[in-house]
Amino acid sequence: MNVPTMADMMAQGKQPEVLFWVGAAGSFDDRAKKITRAFVKILHQANVDFAVLGTEESSTGDAAKRAGNEFLFQMQAMMNIEVLNGYEVKTIVTCDPHSFNTLKNEYSSLGGKYEVFHHTQYIQKLITDGRLSINDAILKDKKVTYHDPCYLGRANDEYESPRDLIKHLGVNLTEMKRNKTTALCCGAGGAQMFKDAEKGDKEINVLRTEDALETKPEIIATGCPYCNTMMTDGVKFKEKETEVQVLDIAELIAQANEL
Amino acid sequence: MQYLPNIIFAIILIIGIGFFVKNIRKLIRNIKLGKAVDRSDNKSARWKNMAKIALGQYKMVRRPVSGILHVAVYLGFVIINIEVLEIIIDGLFGTHRVFQPFLGDGVYGFLIATFEILAAIVFVAVTIFWIRRNVIRVKRFWNKEMTAWPKNDGNIILYFEMVLMSLFILMNATDVHFQEAGIGNSISQFVAPLFNGASVETLHVIEQSAWWIHIIGILAFLNYLYYSKHLHILLAFPNTFYANLNPKGQFDNLESVTKEVQLMMDPSADPYAAPPEGTEEEVPEKFGASDVTDLNWVQLMNAYTCTECGRCTSSCPASLTGKELSPRAIMMKTRDRMEEVGKNIDANDGEFKDDGKQLLNDYISPEELWACTSCNACVQECPVNIDPLSIIMDMRRYLVMEESAAPQELNMMMTNIENNGAPWQYNQQDRLNWKDEE
Repeated sequence: MNVPTMADMMAQGKQPEVLFWVGAAGSFDDRAKKITRAFVKILHQANVDFAVLGTEESSTGDAAKRAGNEFLFQMQAMMNIEVLNGYEVKTIVTCDPHSFNTLKNEYSSLGGKYEVFHHTQYIQKLITDGRLSINDAILKDKKVTYHDPCYLGRANDEYESPRDLIKHLGVNLTEMKRNKTTALCCGAGGAQMFKDAEKGDKEINVLRTEDALETKPEIIATGCPYCNTMMTDGVKFKEKETEVQVLDIAELIAQANEL
Repeated sequence: MQYLPNIIFAIILIIGIGFFVKNIRKLIRNIKLGKAVDRSDNKSARWKNMAKIALGQYKMVRRPVSGILHVAVYLGFVIINIEVLEIIIDGLFGTHRVFQPFLGDGVYGFLIATFEILAAIVFVAVTIFWIRRNVIRVKRFWNKEMTAWPKNDGNIILYFEMVLMSLFILMNATDVHFQEAGIGNSISQFVAPLFNGASVETLHVIEQSAWWIHIIGILAFLNYLYYSKHLHILLAFPNTFYANLNPKGQFDNLESVTKEVQLMMDPSADPYAAPPEGTEEEVPEKFGASDVTDLNWVQLMNAYTCTECGRCTSSCPASLTGKELSPRAIMMKTRDRMEEVGKNIDANDGEFKDDGKQLLNDYISPEELWACTSCNACVQECPVNIDPLSIIMDMRRYLVMEESAAPQELNMMMTNIENNGAPWQYNQQDRLNWKDEE
């Protein structure tokens, strides 16, 4: 697929309207790469003039910071800021709430000031601006529940953009008992993704998957590659993978628009 | 001799308030053991937060049963305390119901009638609280950290309130003139018939005893606060005022680290340069927190404000899945250690003497710290905006940056970020491979 890099753009003397920050999961994780491609298809459909950093992108440092390694975080941040500022980036969109939070909130005091969108916010904006519409026929009446990623929801008070998009799909949205501000974490945040859990009587992703399964969904929608992994594992653990799919909102939109 | 009761009253009042003030000064001293943090910005948002969250109990009612009961007790307690003003004047000057002639029967009667109704509501609400704690055994009151003193503390507060409310009604019910006048005895009129057989003298003795025990009880309760989780009735206000206003996902960037990283990344910096004149003796700043004095004063105030309601713990994904971590315990342990440090300072003429202990390990274990997902559920849930997550993060920083004591898998993750810019072992050059993989 056609994915220009900032370096390509610069060589042609162009400045894209938005930088797509792919993130480590979106770049390397097989499941998350599908989300990345789905989002790119949406950007193409809406004729968005975007670019990625490609090999010049590096970890935002979110996981390092949450693990307590402020040194590594700030080194990553300053390197990334140098690259971003070098390309005079003003607007960033990302499918990863962790990158979203870090770029939006934690880079500014280190010299990186950008307008940062989560992809659900950006797609929402494309619809409002009349650049994209969602076909509500394909997924009509599918039973969907939405899992709030902590770093989008509580961390940044964004609960509505993803839900608005889900409504555009014509599906049947049922909320879990713990939703929005009271949503339960999937278990991946705070660098937990990269380690085994501490001793306990249950895995967090299993508990959260049980919340989701209580709504009897056909699709568990989310907006975070890490939540996606955790919920997918949870569904497998509950042996429901034939009945229940875990999909990113970008994937749902790509499906609905037959991209 | 006729002034003896007034003198005794004045002495009790002075001792009661004096002792309270002494403890409050100690509390402020202990909070100031924390590091500086600037929370002087955005005053209007801060006042608004305080009005909405502390005064308006906005976050309490998210859980409707305990929330509405709490609002009842809160309103009752605050409003009934207007009556304490009259009690103090009566006590000091030997008057009896001094406000009655002053306000007129109508207004006075209305006020006392309201207080009596509120007292009854408080009594009922507090009884329900007691039942929730001890009979229904609501789960969050029975976590592992809620044994011994924290458990008793919760019940003692409820008993205090039950007794104070009962004494207030009893005092009115046995006040012969008050009952005869029939103004304002909205609830006490139903209690008064219980004493129908008693003589006027007996009633007077009961009334006077109830009056004295009531005011002494209030002073005792006031002084109980410092030793109890109940401090939130005072500290909820500054705590919500000084709470973090940034998005909850935004963690602070350590300035001390920024300086070092900038130096490291500055190609013109001389790594062997001698430190600037006069700074040779400076001890390098410690990264993160291993003891209460490494935390900031807002975090320490948070610890005193915590009333151990456990809403944080009951929404924490780690606690819900049986992990060692409980955000409430993080706050309780921080307070316990702060108290210990405070007592150490008192015992050593104002100087802290190393006691070989610290908050980390002696109170809070690395296992608790590493179980946190940084999901902010605890911060979101706290009805008075306490931030347990910030303490957890500061202590993780100490573990990683001062002790290199991260779990092995996290060390691998960090090495990967350092070497190839991703938490996994992938080649940086493969970052864009996804675009051609379909």
